[in-house]
Amino acid sequence: MATATAGAAQAAPAPKARGGQRLRFFLAVLRARPAFAVGYAIVSMTVLIGIIAPWIVPYGPLVADPNVYLLPPYAAHILGTDGTGMDIFSRVLFAPRVDLTIAVLGTLLSACIGSSIGAIVGYYEGQRTWRTAIATFVMRSTDVLQAFPVFVFAIALVAVFGQSVRSIILAIAFVNAPIYLRLMRSQVLSIRRMRYVEAAYVAGASDISILVRHIVPNAMAPVLSQLSVNIGWSVLLTAGLSFVGAGVVAPTPEWGSMIAMGFQNVVTGQWWPSVFPGIALGLTVFGFALVGASIEVLADPGRRRILSGSLS
Amino acid sequence: MSAMLDVQNLVKLFPLAGGKVVQAVNGVSFTINRGETLSLVGESGSGKTTVGRCILGLIDATEGDVYFDGEQMGRGRNIRSKALRGRIQLVFQEPAESLDPRIRIGETLGEPLRYLGMNRADRDRRVRDTATHLGLPERALDRYPSELSAGLQQRAGIGRAIITRPELIVLDEPTSALDPTARAEIVDLLIRLQAEFGTAYLLITHDLSTVRFVSHRVAVLYLGSIVEEAPSETLFAKPLHPYSVGLLASVLLPDPELTRSSAIQLEGEIPSPIDLPPGCPLAGRCPFADARCKTEQPPPVMVAPQHFVSCFHHAKVAALDHTTDNFARFQEDSTRLLSVGAG
Repeated sequence: MATATAGAAQAAPAPKARGGQRLRFFLAVLRARPAFAVGYAIVSMTVLIGIIAPWIVPYGPLVADPNVYLLPPYAAHILGTDGTGMDIFSRVLFAPRVDLTIAVLGTLLSACIGSSIGAIVGYYEGQRTWRTAIATFVMRSTDVLQAFPVFVFAIALVAVFGQSVRSIILAIAFVNAPIYLRLMRSQVLSIRRMRYVEAAYVAGASDISILVRHIVPNAMAPVLSQLSVNIGWSVLLTAGLSFVGAGVVAPTPEWGSMIAMGFQNVVTGQWWPSVFPGIALGLTVFGFALVGASIEVLADPGRRRILSGSLS
Repeated sequence: MSAMLDVQNLVKLFPLAGGKVVQAVNGVSFTINRGETLSLVGESGSGKTTVGRCILGLIDATEGDVYFDGEQMGRGRNIRSKALRGRIQLVFQEPAESLDPRIRIGETLGEPLRYLGMNRADRDRRVRDTATHLGLPERALDRYPSELSAGLQQRAGIGRAIITRPELIVLDEPTSALDPTARAEIVDLLIRLQAEFGTAYLLITHDLSTVRFVSHRVAVLYLGSIVEEAPSETLFAKPLHPYSVGLLASVLLPDPELTRSSAIQLEGEIPSPIDLPPGCPLAGRCPFADARCKTEQPPPVMVAPQHFVSCFHHAKVAALDHTTDNFARFQEDSTRLLSVGAG
């Protein structure tokens, strides 16, 4: 026992060194692929702004000053004011709190539900008759779900659950779950035939150990990358729902509803109430897409090796 | 039933579209005793890998029984049941693919012990101990599979199999993905581990040079049937089945000057195992084949203790004066050349 503990203590510094190595590798990747760095910068800035918004904004996000309504950008209101006299800059900075919370929670929920069902379906599909029957039933059900246009489906769900942040999260989770289900199932279908999975089987591992230790970790790469891209989409979906009036209710600072509030003014030449939240929205979605692309490369051992080969 | 592993009349059919079936394994029976190595040799497509996978329960056999340690294996008593866990292990052909790319070698080695309920400290100790036996450097345990050479990866694969001190290891072409140096080292390692732990091996391979060094008995598989089974020396010196003669004559020699002589030339390729005709599987390629061979499957005949041949004409093969033991010839030749050099 004593020797084993001593050995473990000696081995302890190793992971730390490896962590430093990983950070250096990551920084080298960012230098080699500036687009990835831009993606990470946008995403972290958006998150940071969302967190520190209350301390940096010049006006409250819900404070309407009727004396300054619909003014173009000038010194006191650097992005101008909207039709009710609220400061657009403050509202644009506050919006990630709502948009990101909804998008991140909704996407995480859909990823958890979708990929766990997908993993189980992929693992048991084709084993025995009744298991295959259940798997087929699940897959055809997702076909039906996916056959609906995403946006219409989300509107229907919000209509059913009632118009609240929670039901938008649920709608996003529901709409996206089939994507993760399919992704995970197809990954598991190929990974479960791998030799190392058979080795674990022969060693006596239970189905759960095989799934949790060997299959899911090796199937995660595309799911993680999809996750980031999907958060971007979900921001867009949230904004879209709010734009058509099925999402976040009006005065709440949220990019989609801000665009909706301002879009009549665009026709008459007051473009700023809609365009600035639109730019913020576009940048955020773009940032998450870039991060997704980088995760796809970094999480795939093969592509990662090619990348690290091109670095040195 | 003193044998440790007893395989009886194993059949595996893979159904194809259109009602056809691939007859991968057609009634294979053999036994393995404790501490013994049985080699299953044959060309690609002879069904040897399928036999191994059926024994381990990785695929379900269509027919036939497998007894391990006197008890039948099946759905209720398979390789994952508590009673059998860790007692039969497997080593794969592809060392890189058999190791989980995201798990460190040390962790992979210790994994089978986890399923035996061993605690972390004991596992770590056993892993280090096994690594020493394998000639696996200690720092390799901290590495990921992609950071090791194929030879070291295969050592890790063998280590994962041997770590539970199994009674039987199925070696599925353990050396064919390796270069000759690594191959020789792995063969040495396997022999050493067997001497130390008394593990029995079922060696599935087409690499006849390995077979000769490690096996006690050899079974020759052709189109899913065992055509000949004999102790290793007997088979290499005096094969009695026309197919064995042809197969052994095909061994590549390290010296191209040595001409190969064989009394039997097998014509053509191994036929497709889809909807096999009745009769001897070799009938279409065998120079001795007659009408009976085409209609009747020759039963295994015991020609000497432990030596079984499934051929109606084995007496004719025996009557031929042929040398198939090209290794012996090569060895003699080398000894002669070396002695000339010394003199």
